Amino acid sequence: MIRFDRVTKRYPPDITALADVSAEIGAGELVAVLGHSGAGKSTLLKLIPAIERPTSGSVLVNGQNVGALGRKALPYLRRNIGLVFQDQKLLFDRSVLANVLLPLEIAGFAPKEAKRRAEAALDKAGLLARARALPVALSGGEQQRLAIARAVAHRPALLLADEPTAYLDADTARDVANIFTEFHRVGVTVLLATYDAGLFPAARPLRLDHGRLA
Amino acid sequence: MRWLGAHWNALRLALRRLAAAPLNTLLAALGIGIALALPAGGALLLNHVTAMTQGMPATPQLTAFLAVDAERKTALAAATRIRNLPGVARTQLLAREDTLARMKSGALADAIGVLPNNPFPDAIVVTPADSINEVPAAIEQLAATLRQWKEIEHVQVDADWARRLAAFVRLARTALLLLAALLGVGLVAITFGTIRLQLLTRRAEVEVSRLLGATDGFIRRPFLWHGALLGWLGGIAAWLIVAAAILWLRLPLAELAQLYGFDLLLALPDAAASAALLAGAALLGWLGALLSMRQFLRGME
Repeated sequence: MIRFDRVTKRYPPDITALADVSAEIGAGELVAVLGHSGAGKSTLLKLIPAIERPTSGSVLVNGQNVGALGRKALPYLRRNIGLVFQDQKLLFDRSVLANVLLPLEIAGFAPKEAKRRAEAALDKAGLLARARALPVALSGGEQQRLAIARAVAHRPALLLADEPTAYLDADTARDVANIFTEFHRVGVTVLLATYDAGLFPAARPLRLDHGRLA
Repeated sequence: MRWLGAHWNALRLALRRLAAAPLNTLLAALGIGIALALPAGGALLLNHVTAMTQGMPATPQLTAFLAVDAERKTALAAATRIRNLPGVARTQLLAREDTLARMKSGALADAIGVLPNNPFPDAIVVTPADSINEVPAAIEQLAATLRQWKEIEHVQVDADWARRLAAFVRLARTALLLLAALLGVGLVAITFGTIRLQLLTRRAEVEVSRLLGATDGFIRRPFLWHGALLGWLGGIAAWLIVAAAILWLRLPLAELAQLYGFDLLLALPDAAASAALLAGAALLGWLGALLSMRQFLRGME
């Protein structure tokens, strides 16, 4: 499903985030990208929806070289991926429900169907009772679950998560990790960056060290 | 159907955003309205003046007045002599008795009624031939010739002022077009600035939408509706300003025009003009939003 082929990513002036990385992730796999801070985990994840482009090498998603995609093709790639960002990127002036509705509106779902799917995603994340609340009224763990609900509401085949358990206490981190494990069980390909491999015992580890696969 | 639904959602979102900041919306609409009211009101006034001048004779005429005590046979002889001049198409003698009778039936009847004698002289209306009536110098030459005749006391080039008015209307129309173009650019600039502010406060939303797979069209849509609605509200403000000005000025202006013998009663813009004003304002608002979005999205890349 995803193939990194000798991927190098450099940032100016001379910072190498990834160096000659080659890896393959099959459909339905649960993969944990491990490594210390600055190892290149986030960069690796950002290459898949073409938030970043490789300096050299190629990233193939379902056979498509996403690094070479034009600006107009990018939205259609991203609509097929669920993204959970490290900083969550929630819209704090919109309700919990409206946050989850956003990717569904973008994907062009009819309002009724969008609402049904958004409520189903919130239910799964245990947030349906808070649908009308603003994200600022949620706890850190609830905000993370909201970010996950938004990422999966349109039922993508691929789910990417960048440090989804960062800043959470141990119990909440375990709950959040279980949500990803459940998605993996129903066939979703899950690729997540984490500092704590113990939270995802079923995941295949992909360890990065200073931008190189260890 | 999906396209229509997307526009409906964007329209609702734009309406919510406008309603969420009523004072900002009101001030922006008022700014646009004032900018639009000037050319809209000017165009309306010019249309009325144009309609009024279209009823006037385009061909200049001369009126030669004789002395008040001149005999009728002198007037008849002068009329014949004038008709034989080169460049004259025809003449018409206005007898002083007829002039008095006409004036007595007009607005000055009371004042004229108390006069002991008929104050009006015989007058000869001279219509120049087609060959010279488009040449002001030739008409002026004809007037100068008549002024030298001892039986003629005064010569007046009757349609001269009407020609000047028509020329003024043409000039005013051109000036109005320039003004409308300038203020149209102003309206685009107002909307550009308003949408830019909206975009700056919603930068995070735009970024997240892009990351979630929104096309530029999806991101642009609510902002374009916002710009168009703002322009439309500005158009309504302009219409109300023009209507208020008309209601306030129509009677004084009608009285002023009456003094010059014209009927000029300003009317409110008709349905077609009102629709054109609102549609034009919405279009300019949409254009301002489009330019703002283009610049912003390019800046994000």
